Amino acid sequence: MSYVEKFKGPKSLSGKEFTYCPGCHHGIIHRIVAEVIDELDIQGKTLMVAPVGCSVFGYEFFEVDGTVAAHGRAPAVATGMKRSSPENVVFTYQGDGDLAAIGTAEIIHAANRGERITTIFVNNAIYGMTGGQMAPTTLIDMKTSTSPYGRKAKTEGHPLHVSEVFKELAGVAYLARTSVNTPQDVMKTKKAIKKAFLAQINDIGFGMVEVLSTCPTNWGLNPVESMKWLKEKMYPEYPMGIFVDKVGDDK
Amino acid sequence: MSEKVMVKGTEAIAEAAIRAGCRHYFGYPITPQSELTEYMARRFGDGDMNETFLQAESEVSAVNMVYGASCTGKRVMTSTSSPGYSLMQEGMSYLAGAELPSVFVNVTRGGPGLGDIQPAQSDYFQAVKGGGHGDYKLIVYGPESLQESVELTVKSFEVADKYRTPVLIMADGLLGQMMEPVEFPDYVDLDSLEKHSDWALQGSNKERPAHRVTSFNIDPYGLEEMNNRYQAKYREIEKNEKMYEEYMLDDADVVIVAYGTIGRIAKSVAKMAREKGIKAGVFRPITLWPYPYEELGSHAEKAKLFFTVEMSAGQMLEDVKLSVNGKVPVEFYGRTGGVVPTPGEIFSKLMELV
Repeated sequence: MSYVEKFKGPKSLSGKEFTYCPGCHHGIIHRIVAEVIDELDIQGKTLMVAPVGCSVFGYEFFEVDGTVAAHGRAPAVATGMKRSSPENVVFTYQGDGDLAAIGTAEIIHAANRGERITTIFVNNAIYGMTGGQMAPTTLIDMKTSTSPYGRKAKTEGHPLHVSEVFKELAGVAYLARTSVNTPQDVMKTKKAIKKAFLAQINDIGFGMVEVLSTCPTNWGLNPVESMKWLKEKMYPEYPMGIFVDKVGDDK
Repeated sequence: MSEKVMVKGTEAIAEAAIRAGCRHYFGYPITPQSELTEYMARRFGDGDMNETFLQAESEVSAVNMVYGASCTGKRVMTSTSSPGYSLMQEGMSYLAGAELPSVFVNVTRGGPGLGDIQPAQSDYFQAVKGGGHGDYKLIVYGPESLQESVELTVKSFEVADKYRTPVLIMADGLLGQMMEPVEFPDYVDLDSLEKHSDWALQGSNKERPAHRVTSFNIDPYGLEEMNNRYQAKYREIEKNEKMYEEYMLDDADVVIVAYGTIGRIAKSVAKMAREKGIKAGVFRPITLWPYPYEELGSHAEKAKLFFTVEMSAGQMLEDVKLSVNGKVPVEFYGRTGGVVPTPGEIFSKLMELV
């Protein structure tokens, strides 16, 4: 049947089958990142640093040169790559445990230095790979395997608003919080990720997009319920928007 | 080779690294090695995009920056002192697992804990028996002088590239802080250096499949295969890279075993002993890993006593005992806490034993 046009994936994805659970948003976010790499025509010079967490295999899913860092250390690894090889485009892909707990020092200093790297920060308010433990981004009263009675501000502190902290850092050239809950959100996320790469490519500074994401398996919800929960619970706690944009709209 | 110049130990190592083709340095200040960091800041911090000096936010970050730069196939180094090297252990394990060439300097100071800032050799176990998690080894050098430090620094970059492995130079605080005349080698031609284009992350240019550098393999049989590859490489290193010095050992009844600056002091002790009619000599391991077990052990056939001296409570002592394998007595003298033993003090201890 010659009229059947096959749905094609972006060239910057390797085609290896994702290991993500049904309803998890990592797959959508991976595809968006790969589409941006294709559209910017930087596949041949892009280097990826995968984290420790559910996206630990990220460096196998993208068809770009890549490595996997120790837990939380991706921004330091990316810094070493970019400084020693400035002609490459370097990005890290990190979850909330990796970036907002064990790797806080690495990410905040990379951002503050205006390191010419791009970070995709996936916030699903929980540790996925280790089996649903509390993250710094876990919501108040949210039950996890290490906050079985619900997170209490008095003992576990408040949800960490990474983007609101990072918008104060002078080295940050692009910073947005988005989601991929609807086709419209997907479009916005893609635009934001493209700008976060342009912040690096145009030598302006550090670029990061915080993408709110689901974790049906560890939230104990089905995929549809998860998207509803994301909208009802996470949107109010983590308002979406563009916090820093020094890139502008000209390409 | 150029003329001899008077330099401080930390700066001698830094300059030797630059001559060996290292253009990327990531580090964090810590006494007694900060002069090495400062030297690199002066040399690399002038805005030339082909060179990197970056003061990291911690030793944890510094070692991971080294990991990143090594991924791109460039010669890269960092330096630190004991507490900082402890913080780097996670990274050392990842570097070994991902087989990334890189050079480390530990200007060892007194421990444990915050300890002090005086010379020590109490990080030997950490250096040669592991340090981080998993079955891995580093090539570890223990120079006795600044000239040897310069030569071993150059060699460190060569063997790091050759075997795709992290290499550690154990320079105790004494070596780091003293001044001596040294002769530097010429600058290597950067174009002649190994580019590692068969595995390094330099961008595929869409001309080849993606390169992937990792210490990760979720399949136990796959990970065992990786471990077998590491072990085969370590056996190869053991075969080719052992270094040691034998001093007046031909007729020796007493073999003094010591490394680094204590190895140098031990030679004075051997001379003092011979003046008293005691046939003493010195075996000085230069590679602390691979350790020259057989070469040291061979002296147990003739000698009557082995005498190990360290600035520790007895760490290399265990490897000396493994070498001697119970054939003759192995005695020990150590000072800790950053106290450097004098030749006279070691000699007195030796006289008590013979």
